[in-house]
Amino acid sequence: MRHIISILLENEPGALSRVVGLFSQRNYNIESLTVAPTEDRTLSRLTITTIGDDRKIEQITKHLNKLIDVVKLVDLTEGSHIERELMLVKVKATGAQRAEIKRTTDIFRGQIVDVTSTVYSIQLTGTSDKLDSFLDAIGNSSVLEVARTGVTGISRGDKVLSL
Amino acid sequence: MELLSGGEMLIRALHDEGVELLFGYPGGAALHIYDAIFNQDKVEHILVRHEQAATHAADGYARATGKPGVVLVTSGPGATNAITGIATAFMDSIPMVVISGQVDSSLIGSDAFQETDMVGISRPIVKHSFMVQNAEDIPAIVKKAFYIATTGRPGPVVIDVPKDVTDPARKFEYRYPETVKMRSYSVPAKGHTGQIKKAVEILLSAKRPIIYAGGGVIQGNASDLLTQLARSLGYPVTNTLMGLGAFPAPDQQFLGMLGMHGTYEANMAMHFSDVVLGIGVRFDDRVTNAVSKFCPGAKILHVDIDPASISKTVAADVPIVGSVTSVLEEMLDLIKQSETQIDKKSIDMWWQQIEGWRAKDCLKVIPAGNDVIKPQQAVQAVYKATKGEAYVSSDVGQHQMFAAQYYHFNKPRRWINSGGLGTMGFGFPAAFGVQLAFPDAISVCITGEGSIQMCIQELATCLQYGLPVKIICLNNQSLGMVRQWQDMQYGGRYSHSTYAESLPDFVKLVEAYGHVGIRITKLSELDQKMEEAFALKNRLVFVDVMVDPSEHVYPMAIKGGSMKDMYLSKTERT
Repeated sequence: MRHIISILLENEPGALSRVVGLFSQRNYNIESLTVAPTEDRTLSRLTITTIGDDRKIEQITKHLNKLIDVVKLVDLTEGSHIERELMLVKVKATGAQRAEIKRTTDIFRGQIVDVTSTVYSIQLTGTSDKLDSFLDAIGNSSVLEVARTGVTGISRGDKVLSL
Repeated sequence: MELLSGGEMLIRALHDEGVELLFGYPGGAALHIYDAIFNQDKVEHILVRHEQAATHAADGYARATGKPGVVLVTSGPGATNAITGIATAFMDSIPMVVISGQVDSSLIGSDAFQETDMVGISRPIVKHSFMVQNAEDIPAIVKKAFYIATTGRPGPVVIDVPKDVTDPARKFEYRYPETVKMRSYSVPAKGHTGQIKKAVEILLSAKRPIIYAGGGVIQGNASDLLTQLARSLGYPVTNTLMGLGAFPAPDQQFLGMLGMHGTYEANMAMHFSDVVLGIGVRFDDRVTNAVSKFCPGAKILHVDIDPASISKTVAADVPIVGSVTSVLEEMLDLIKQSETQIDKKSIDMWWQQIEGWRAKDCLKVIPAGNDVIKPQQAVQAVYKATKGEAYVSSDVGQHQMFAAQYYHFNKPRRWINSGGLGTMGFGFPAAFGVQLAFPDAISVCITGEGSIQMCIQELATCLQYGLPVKIICLNNQSLGMVRQWQDMQYGGRYSHSTYAESLPDFVKLVEAYGHVGIRITKLSELDQKMEEAFALKNRLVFVDVMVDPSEHVYPMAIKGGSMKDMYLSKTERT
């Protein structure tokens, strides 16, 4: 099963490599990874999506917790949560296609953020599934370039991941 | 307040941390630090002949004393040579602090002379590591390093120190912190009382219980508590390779070591048990054999300080995370208070069954005849000559298993071996690390002619510091354990496991290093010559014992089977 693990990490040199290294060292899988400092500059928040059965996920969270630079973590998929990914996609847009792509972008509540006579650059946020569906709808042949951030997330309700 | 350079601060901080001995080897990037060592007399530095030996010696010192071992090496090759020893300590959870020199901060990343990314290379085999950015941070980093290395599940910590940080011309105010505060590191202290209660009730109602204790009991200084618990319950005890000495071997309740080369009775009792109390163990693959067939009828109670050890390979029915000392103390109290009575009748029947297995006498040595020495007999001779009181280190292979099976450890911290990583070359440096910690004790290295050649240069270190280690080389003129597997699984095709024609004359070799060499070739001379070797109290003696090269280690687990599936000899299996 797919899990989203959110980690508060000391914002120290080398801290990220310890997390990433742990995954390769123990043969765990990283589907996506996002990281940036939080409102407290001494902490980074890292979001990892990974796939594994309960036993594997338990080992992953235990080993992450053992890393000295990991301050706190939560498996967001254990409770109800919000997840988002941002995608920038450049598509061929000429002739009749231009209107069609604009319509599809609107349906997916995306925005065209850059325009040339032959190309649209589109920004889209949502779950990973939604981004996949958008790419399917546009069609492979017109997609020129895709840049995705990977998943980030936060739990619903009062639950907070903080110190 | 005193003004000190980075190099001086480092050494002063070690002293303030209580470090007496430092094992190391100098080189360019570490020279400022070495100059700081020269100008003081509080921390003694032991010069080894290879950085790998520095880490093993510090490791042996740590295992025997319980104090952290400390290592100082230079950058580049100095650092990479230390890697094997760091990995060895990591796998066996040994507290160690390794200080490595690094090139100037301004040169890092430029492929400078003797530059290597030590923090990167060591990352998967350390508990934590630090790269010093500013000299002022040194006292706090040293304090944290020792705190991390020695608390919780212990392990090695690397401090990488760029040369400019230790510049003698730049002085800073020095103050050693008294306490450490780390928001991201906490040590599990007591176990969960509810869980401990649950475990105690299961334990007291058991019909076929067994206590399976490992290196964690030794690391956690809980041998006395374990012994109390075992005696109060009257249950059988088995130790892992790492746990030998955690429970006194001569005790009737002791079934010997378990696992791949464990005793018949220990492995059978594990397999047929209904409750397994695992304390400070990690259900290693060398213990469990096929996990799917492991102890089919048993409830697993697992006590460990590392939550990641619990349910890693074998799912625990009652997991207890906590220090073994606190958990065992609480268990002892709860046993006294509990109204549940031990099922005496069932336990008596269980012991009868165990005694039946023990009667098989699986470690009986069948003499080879023709005055040929069996390797087991050599270990028995060492046991006799040292009256069971020695610190025994070993390397890796058949001799290691024979030492574990035939030297009966009745105290913790006496058996010093690389269980997890299985590092050949570990034994001899570890033995002189032990000797430095306990100058009056007998420190023996039981080794083979293969392993000893992996760190034999340390004969020079032992001469320099007058370390009277006794090296007992079970010389079977081949890589015995490799050869055994080749006998059993590869149709006797000895691919690169024999080298009889090119072995050195060890007696002459050690004499060239200024030590004493004794060769024993006949069984009839074994005991007497062994006594002679140990009588030379102030000399390093290398005893080259020519043993039967065809001998195998038994019992031996049958791969893919359960714990009850063992070869008992070349012709007999369960």
